[in-house]
Amino acid sequence: MDELARAFGLALGLLVSGDRELYGIVALSLEVSLAATLIACLLGMPAGMALALFRFPGRRMLVVATSALMGLPPVVVGLFVYLLLSRAGPLGALGLLYTPAAMVIAQTVLVTPIVTALTRELGESLLAEYGDFLAAMGRRGLRAIPTLLHEGRHALVTVALAGFGRAIAEVGAVMMVGGNIRHVTRVMTTAIALETGKGEIALALALGLVLLTVALAVNALAHLTRLREAELAHARA
Amino acid sequence: MIRWMYAFLAILPLLLGAVRADAGERFIVLQSTTSTQNSGLFDYILPKFEQATGIQVRVVAVGTGQALRNAARGDGDVVLVHSPADEARFVAEGHGILHCRVFYNDFVIVGPNLDPAGVGGLRDAAEALRRIAAAGREGRVVFLSRGDESGTHKKERALWRAAGLDPTAESGSWYREAGAGMGATLNMAAGLGAYTLTDRGTWLSFANRRDLEVLVEGDPRLFNPYGVMVVNPKRHPHVRFAEAKAFRDWLISEAGQRAVASYRVHGVQLFHPDVRCGDMPTPEARP
Amino acid sequence: MPVPELRLLTGGETPLLVAEGLTVRIGDHPVLEGLDFTLPPSGLTVLLGPNGAGKSVLLRTLQGLLAPVAGRLCWRDGDPPRRALVFQRPVALRRRVRAQLAFALSCAGIPRRARPARIAELLELCDLAPLARRPARRLSGGEQQRLAIATALALDPGFLMLDEPTASLDPAATLAVERLLARIRRRGIPLLLVTHDVHQARRLADRVLFLHRGRLREEAPATRFFTAPASPQARAYLEGRLLP
Repeated sequence: MDELARAFGLALGLLVSGDRELYGIVALSLEVSLAATLIACLLGMPAGMALALFRFPGRRMLVVATSALMGLPPVVVGLFVYLLLSRAGPLGALGLLYTPAAMVIAQTVLVTPIVTALTRELGESLLAEYGDFLAAMGRRGLRAIPTLLHEGRHALVTVALAGFGRAIAEVGAVMMVGGNIRHVTRVMTTAIALETGKGEIALALALGLVLLTVALAVNALAHLTRLREAELAHARA
Repeated sequence: MIRWMYAFLAILPLLLGAVRADAGERFIVLQSTTSTQNSGLFDYILPKFEQATGIQVRVVAVGTGQALRNAARGDGDVVLVHSPADEARFVAEGHGILHCRVFYNDFVIVGPNLDPAGVGGLRDAAEALRRIAAAGREGRVVFLSRGDESGTHKKERALWRAAGLDPTAESGSWYREAGAGMGATLNMAAGLGAYTLTDRGTWLSFANRRDLEVLVEGDPRLFNPYGVMVVNPKRHPHVRFAEAKAFRDWLISEAGQRAVASYRVHGVQLFHPDVRCGDMPTPEARP
Repeated sequence: MPVPELRLLTGGETPLLVAEGLTVRIGDHPVLEGLDFTLPPSGLTVLLGPNGAGKSVLLRTLQGLLAPVAGRLCWRDGDPPRRALVFQRPVALRRRVRAQLAFALSCAGIPRRARPARIAELLELCDLAPLARRPARRLSGGEQQRLAIATALALDPGFLMLDEPTASLDPAATLAVERLLARIRRRGIPLLLVTHDVHQARRLADRVLFLHRGRLREEAPATRFFTAPASPQARAYLEGRLLP
C-alpha cells in the first residue's frame, strides 16, 4: 500500500512539474501509436468491409486468420519486424531499425488485424441493415465500401480506439524494434520496463499511472466527439 | 468519408516525418547490456562524450548474447559487453575490430538476509553454490538464474561448472531460470526470497531490494570485465566507423576512464577503469 | 382522399413488362412458379396476397436482386427501366434528411451542383421540407417511410415498387403515404404496391395481381377484381376467410 501511495505522489509530481523528458516520452508514445493506428485504419477498415462484402474462395480462411491475429503477441510481431528491418534482413538497407518509424511499422502490423476483424463484424451487421438498399441504389461491390464506412463511422471510432489502446499499451514490439533508446525511441511502456528493471517500482508505477491518464484522456476526447454526432446514429424507436 | 481518407493520406507523410527526426544528426547505435544501463552508468558518462564530440550515442540495452547477435547482423556500430570468451569469438569471426577491455566490476551472490543455505561471508563462490544446491534439494532455498544467455548467465554457468554441478538438470525445482534482464531477475529474487548472481553495478543502484543482501563476494572468479569493440565496417559498410571509433577511443582515453571512475551510487564506485587492448589474458588470471 | 380513376389497359398501350413463366427458387425451395402477367405503363398495380405468397420475392426479382431460374421478363424497351424499390422497413441512413437525399442523388449520378434543386423538389413532393435538417433516424415511422420513398424517387425511376410501405404505420401516417403515392401516380410513374390490406388495395389500385402460394391466381382490373373475383382463393381472401 505504501508503494502505491508513493507512486501516486510521484505520478502527480511528474505531471505537475512538467518534466521535459517525461513529456518527450509521452509525446513520442502518442505520435508512434497514433500514426500506427491511422495507417492500420487506412488499411484495415476498407479491407474489413471488403471481407464482410465479398464471397470468394479463401474468404473463410482470411476471416479466421484476422480474428486469430488479433491476439498476436507483440513480441512475435517485434521479432518479425526486427528480422525484416535488421541490416541483415530484406529491408535492412532502409536503416529503419531502432527508429520511431520501425516502431510505427511494428505497431501497424499489430493493430491492422484488430481493425480489420472488428470492421468486418461491423460491416456484416451494417450489410444486414443496408445490403438490399445499397444493391437497389446501385452501390454494389467495391462501390458499397465508402458508404458502409460512412454509415459505420461512429462504431469505427470505437474500432480505432480499440486499436490505439492495444498499440499504446504494448511493450514487446517497440522494445524489440525501437531498442528503448533514450530521447529517440523510449516510449511509456519501455520506460516502465526500464524503471522496473532498475527496481524503481514506485517510479514505474507512476509512469503506469501517466499512461493510464493519457489513455483515459484520449478515450474521453473520442467519446465527446462521438456524442456530438451520436444523434445521427440514434436507433429508431 | 472518401474526402476524410484523402485528408489522412495527405497528413501521413507529415506524421511519419515528425516521427523520424534523425536527418542530419550524428549518432551511433551502441549494443550493450542491461547491467550498464540499469546501473545508470550510461546516463552519467554518455552526456560527457556527447558534449565532447557532438556524437549522440543510442543505447540498445539487451543481454550480452543478444547484443553480440544483433551486432553480428549489422544492427549496431559499437558493442560494449561483458563476456570475454564471447568477445574473443566475435573478434575471431571477423564481426568486431579494435577490441579493448575498458573497465571492470565484480559479481556478487545475493540472497535473503536469513540465509538458510548458510553462505554468508564465504569467499569461495563454488563452495557457496554447492551449499545453495544442497539446501535447495532439501526444499529450503531457491536459486534464480538469469537464464537468458547474458554475460551474467554465462558467468553463473561457469561458476556451477567450477562447483562440479549441473543445476539445469533440476531446473524448475530449486533452480529456476527467469529468462529476464538483471533488474527483472532481482525483482523476482526479492519477491521469492531467492539467491541469485548479480553484477555489483546493477545491485548497488537497484532500489527494490526488500530483504536481499550481498552474501558472497571477493572470489577472483567473480571478476567481471567489460570490453568494447567496433563492428567491422568491412562486413557492414553502413557502420558509422569514424563515430564508433571515436566512442571506443574516448572510452579508453584518460577523459573516458575518469568519467567511468567518477560514477558513484550512494558514494560507492561501481566500475573500475582498466584498459587493455590487443591480446588479453583470460579473466581467471586476474584478481 | 380522391379515389383514383380506373384506367383499363387499352390495346394501344404497350405494357411496361410482360412476364412469362417466371420461376424463382430460394435454395431448393420454389417460391414463385410459372408466373405470367403484364404490368401497364402507368397507373398503380397492387400485388395482393397473404403472407408467404411470394410478394416480396417477386419485387426483388423485378428489381434485379434475385435471378429467376426459368421464364423471362420482357421489358418494354428491351432493357429494364430505372427501377427503385421501397422496403417494408424504411431505410434511414445515419445522416440528416438532406444528406440522405444527396446520397441517393449521387447514386443516380446527378452532378453535385444540380443536387440542391432536386433535393428541394423531393422534400416538397414528400412533405419533408420542415424536416430537412433532422437526423434521418430521429424521424417517426411515417416520416421515415416518406423519406424512403423520396430516396427512391431521387433515382428518377421509370418504375417504382413498394413493399408494404404502411404495414407498421398508424392511420394518419398511412394516409400521408397514400396521398404521396397518388401524387406519384399522377406524375405518370408506374407503381407496383405490395400490400395485404384489402381496404388499401381498394383505395389505391388500378389493377390487381393476386398471388397465393407462389402462383398467380388472378390478374384483373381493380373494379372487376373487387366486384367479381374469379378464383376461389381471391374470393375467400376478400371475404376475410382464412386461406389454407
